Amino acid sequence: MTELTELGVKAIRDGVAAGDFTAREVAEAFNAAVAGAGALNAFIVATPDKAIEAAERVDADRAAGRELGPMAGVPIGMKDLFATEGVQTTAASHILEGFVPRYESTVSQNLWNAGAGMLGKLNLDQFAMGSSNETSYFGNVVSPWRRKDGGNSPLAPGGSSGGSSAAVAARIAAAATGTDTGGSIRQPAAFTGICGIKPTYGRCSRWGVVAFASSLDQAGPMARDVADCAIMLGAMAGFDPKDSTSLDLPVPAWEAGLSDDLRGRKVGIPREYRMEGTDPEILDSWERGKQWLRDAGAEIVDISLPHTKYALPAYYIIAPAEASSNLARYDGVRYGLRELPADAAGKAAGLQDMYAATRAEGFGDEVKRRILIGTYVLSAGFYDAYYNQAQKIRTLIARDFERAWAECDVILAPTTPTASFPLGEKADDPLAMYLNDVFAVPASLAGLPAMSVPAMLNRDGLPLGLQLVGKPFDEQGVLNAGLAIERRAGFAAKPEKWW
Amino acid sequence: MSVDQTTVAKIASLARIKMSEDELARMAPELSQILDWVEQLGEVDTSEVEPMTAVIPNSLRLRADEVDADPLTGGNRRDDVLANAPAAEHGFFGVPKVIE
Amino acid sequence: MMSTYRIQGATGEWEVVIGLEVHAQVTSNAKLFSGSSTAFGAEPNTQVSLIDAAMPGMLPVPNRECIRQAVRTGMAIEAQINAWSRFDRKNYFYADLPQGYQISQLYHPLVGEGSLTIEADEKAGIGEDKVIGIERIHVEQDAGKLMHDQHPTMSYVDLNRCGVALMEIVSRPDMRSPAEAGAYLRKLRTILRYVGSCDGNMEEGSMRADVNVSVRKPGEEFGTRTETKNVNSVRFVMQAIEHEARRQVDLIEDGGTVVQETRLFDPNSGTTRSMRSKEDAHDYRYFPDPDLLPLELDEDFLAECRASLPELPDAKRRRYVEELGLSDYNARELTAEVETFARFETLLAATARGIGKGEKDVATQVANWSLSVAPGVMNALGDEANPAHATAEAQAAILAMQAGGEISGGQAKEIFEIVLRTGREPGEIAESEGLKQVSDTGAIEAAIDEILAKNADKVEEYRGGKDKLFGFFVGQTMKAMQGKANPAVVNQLLKAKLG
Ligand SMILES: [Mg+2]
Ligand SMILES: [Zn+2]
Repeated sequence: MTELTELGVKAIRDGVAAGDFTAREVAEAFNAAVAGAGALNAFIVATPDKAIEAAERVDADRAAGRELGPMAGVPIGMKDLFATEGVQTTAASHILEGFVPRYESTVSQNLWNAGAGMLGKLNLDQFAMGSSNETSYFGNVVSPWRRKDGGNSPLAPGGSSGGSSAAVAARIAAAATGTDTGGSIRQPAAFTGICGIKPTYGRCSRWGVVAFASSLDQAGPMARDVADCAIMLGAMAGFDPKDSTSLDLPVPAWEAGLSDDLRGRKVGIPREYRMEGTDPEILDSWERGKQWLRDAGAEIVDISLPHTKYALPAYYIIAPAEASSNLARYDGVRYGLRELPADAAGKAAGLQDMYAATRAEGFGDEVKRRILIGTYVLSAGFYDAYYNQAQKIRTLIARDFERAWAECDVILAPTTPTASFPLGEKADDPLAMYLNDVFAVPASLAGLPAMSVPAMLNRDGLPLGLQLVGKPFDEQGVLNAGLAIERRAGFAAKPEKWW
Repeated sequence: MSVDQTTVAKIASLARIKMSEDELARMAPELSQILDWVEQLGEVDTSEVEPMTAVIPNSLRLRADEVDADPLTGGNRRDDVLANAPAAEHGFFGVPKVIE
Repeated sequence: MMSTYRIQGATGEWEVVIGLEVHAQVTSNAKLFSGSSTAFGAEPNTQVSLIDAAMPGMLPVPNRECIRQAVRTGMAIEAQINAWSRFDRKNYFYADLPQGYQISQLYHPLVGEGSLTIEADEKAGIGEDKVIGIERIHVEQDAGKLMHDQHPTMSYVDLNRCGVALMEIVSRPDMRSPAEAGAYLRKLRTILRYVGSCDGNMEEGSMRADVNVSVRKPGEEFGTRTETKNVNSVRFVMQAIEHEARRQVDLIEDGGTVVQETRLFDPNSGTTRSMRSKEDAHDYRYFPDPDLLPLELDEDFLAECRASLPELPDAKRRRYVEELGLSDYNARELTAEVETFARFETLLAATARGIGKGEKDVATQVANWSLSVAPGVMNALGDEANPAHATAEAQAAILAMQAGGEISGGQAKEIFEIVLRTGREPGEIAESEGLKQVSDTGAIEAAIDEILAKNADKVEEYRGGKDKLFGFFVGQTMKAMQGKANPAVVNQLLKAKLG
C-alpha cells in the first residue's frame, strides 16, 4: 500500500469509506508528517489532537453504519485567517498573537461538519498581504520545491496562502484552505504545483474569516488535483445568513459534474495577457494549455479584455482602502496585543498613544504600507481621484469580462508571470512583488471563479500553473477545463523531500 | 503624486500607527513609488462610468428583528466577548483614562 | 411675521442660525447589524454580540425592522424615500467604537428631503406656523459608553449600546431662535412617537441632538458654525443655543473668529466648551461599506411602510377641529402626546356608544373632561388615586349619566373621585351614595308648590315684571331638593308654574 500521506482528498475519503484504512491511521500519518516538516514552517500551530478527534468520530460513524460526509477522514490544514474556536488565530500577525476565538468560522465549521479534521493552523502572509509568505510575523514559509541547479536557496511558496501551498505540495496535508483577495490561492498553487480554486464571490461565507479586503476576499480549497478541489469546495461553500454578501444559491454537485469533455465549449485567450517581457516558458505553457483544451474538444477564440493593465493599480487602491478600515479594529482594546508606552517623563500612555504604539508594534511593514496607502487614498480630497476612480475602473474590468462571455465560456491565461523565486529576492521592492498577481487580480476584481492548475516544470524544475477564469457561478466550467488540462498535462512532479 | 515625509507622518497619525523618523524616511519613497504607479488610472476616461457597487448580481438581505436567535450573532455572551481582552475588569473593557 | 429673536451686541443686532442633527434610537428588539438586545439598563457588556465587539471576521447583516422604521419616519415627514441607498463607513478611533468605524450613510441616505411644521406660539415669540426643512434621515450605529469615574487610571468601556440603530435626522439651518429649536424638537418627538419609530425618551438617551449654531448680522451670509454634541433635553438644547450664540457674538465683537469645532454642553453651568477628544477627527475617510451591498427596497416593502402609518399629528389636529368641532386649543392639547389622544379617542368612542350619539355630538364634553375635569380630580387626589381605576368604561359611564341628566357636573367629579380611590362601578356609586339628581317631576313639583305658596309676595313681584326673581325660585327649589334636582327640570317646571 502506498504511504497514506501520498493520498489526496478523494482517495482518503473513498479508502476510509471502503475500510482500506481507518481515518485515525490517516490522521496519525499526517500528524507525523507535519511534525517532521518544521523546516518548511508551514504551520503556525499544529493541532494533532484535533485531527485525531475528528478521525475517531469518522471511524466511529463508519463502525455504526452512519452516513459519512464528503470530507470524512480527510486531514487538512486551515489557513490561520479562519477563526477556529479554542485554537489560536493570528492572521500571521503579532497584533493577534495569543488570540483564541470563542467562535468558529462558517467555512471551517462546514469542513468539520463534512468530516474533515484539522492538522493545524497554516502560516500565511500577515493579514493575507503578500505574494511570497515573507510578511508573516511567524517567519517565512519555505517552499518544498528547489531549483534543480543544485543550489539550495530557499524558494517562495507564493502568498498569501503560502503555508497552504507548501503543506499540500509537501504532502503534509491532504488539502488546505486558502483565501484569495487578489490571487492568494492561485499564485501559491501555481508556485508549488498544486490546484487551487477561488469560487465566485459570495460562494463561501466570509463570516469568521479575518478580513483583508471585504469586496474581494473569497475562501477556496487548495489540493493536489481538480477532483479534490471540487470535493472540498463543495464542502466549504454554501449560503450563510450571517454574511450579507453570501450567495443564496444551492451548491452545485461539482464533483459529480466533473467532465473533461469540452466539445462545444469555447475557450477565450485574452490578448492583453500577453504582456511585454513575460517569460517565454510561461508563454510556452500557455500554448500547451490551448492545445490540451483543443484536444479536449474546445474551440479556442481570441478575446480582448482591454482594461487589463489597469486591474493591478486599481486593486492596489481598493484593497488597501478596505484593509485600512478593516484593520482599524486591531487597537489593543478587546483582544490581541496592547502596548502602553510611558513617555520620557514617565507619564502613562493615553488612549490614542496606546492605539498608535500597539499598531506600530503589532503590524508588520507590508501591513503598515497598505494601511497607509489605504488611509491616504480615502483621506479628504483624494477619495474621488483614487478610490472612486478605482471603483469605476473596476466596473470597466467587470464589463470587459461580461463582453467576453458573449464570445467564450471560460478564459485561459497563465496564473503568474514567473515561476517561484528565491525568498528575499523581491522582499525590498513592493512593486515588483505586486506584479506577481498581475494575471490573477482581474478575476478578483470581477468576483469571478478562477482556478490554477499545474501545467509543467520550467527549465529550473519549478512548476508553472495555468489559470482558468469562468463566468459568475460557473465553477463547474472552470473545474472541467482544469480537469481537461490536468488529464493532458500529466503533471506528476512533486518536490523531493529535503526537510 | 509624490508624498513627502510630513504627509506620511500625517497619514500615519490618522491611521494610528506610531512611526519613527527613520521609518517615515524609509516609507515615504516606497509610498510615493506606489502612488505614482496607481496614478496611471487617471488616464482612463470614466466620466460615463458608475463605480462598482456589487461585483456579483446580488442585493442586500435583511434579517428579522429577533434577539439572540443565533448565539453566533446574538448577545448574552459576556465571557466570550471579554475572554481575550488585555484588561477586562468588573465586566468592562479597561482602557487608559480618557479625558473628554 | 417671522421670528424676530435677536441678540443685542455692541455693534448692533445679531441673528442666530440653528440646525439640528437629532439622533433618535430606532424602536427595535435587536441591534442594527446583530442579534443582541437593545433593552435599556442591562449589566455591562451583556448585550454584546461578537459582531458588536468587532471580533475578527465578524460581519454585519441589517435588521429589517430598523430600516422599516426609518422609512416610515421618512414618510411621516413627507420625505423622499430612496429605494436605493448604501451604508458607508465613517472611520475614526475611539474606545466606544470597536470596529474603528461607524456604519452610517453619507453618500446615499435612506431618506432624503422632507419637512415638518412648527406651530405659531405667541408666548414663545413664534409669530406664525413655520416649515422647517429636513435635509435627510440616515440610519447608523450607536457607539458604546465610556465610564471615567470608576478607576483612578482607567476608563471602562461598556458596549451594550454599541450597534443599536439610530436615525440621524438632519434639519436645514432653518431655525432662528431657541424657541423655534425647542418647538422643532418637540414636534419631531411627537411625530416619532406617533409613528412608533422611536420612544422619544430623552432621559434614557433615545433622542439626542447635535446643535449647529452660527450667528450673523440679519441679511448677511451664514457665519461659521459650531456643533455642540449630544444635548439630551429640549431645555438644554435651548440653553446651549442661547449660550453658544452669545459666546460667538462676544467673540466676533472682540475681534476674534469662530472656529468650526465640536463642543460639549455642560448641563450644570448651561455653557458649552471645546471638546478635546474629538480635535483631530476631521478626516473620517468615508467610503461605501464593502461588507454590505446596496440596500434596495421593493414596492411591497414601501407599500407596507406606507399602509402601516398612523394618522399623523397635523392631520389629527385638523380632523379634531373640522370633524369633531373641537376648539384649536383642545385639538392641539389632545394631539400633542400619543397617550393623550389614545386615551381621548377610546373614551370618546365609549362615551358616544354609551349615550347612543355620534362622536361629534359628545366630543366637546369628552374633550373638556379629558383635558380639565379628569386631570383636576386626579391631581387633587394625589397618591390616593389609582390611575388603573380610570378606565374608559368607568369614565364613559359617568359622562353618560351626566349627559342624561342623572347626575350633575359636581356629582360627576365626586363619583370619579370614588372610582379613582376604590375602583367601584359609577352607576352603583351614584345609587348607593345618593349622588343622583332628581328628575322626577312629582317630587320637584311638590317642592315648587310649597315654595310658591310660602312666597306668594315674591310670586306677585315676579309676575309684575321682576324677572330677576326667577333665580331666587331656582335657588330655593334646589335647596329644598338638597341640590339633587335636575336643574333643567326645575327650570322647566318653574317657568310653567310661574306663568
Ligand atoms: Mg453629527
Ligand atoms: Zn450620527
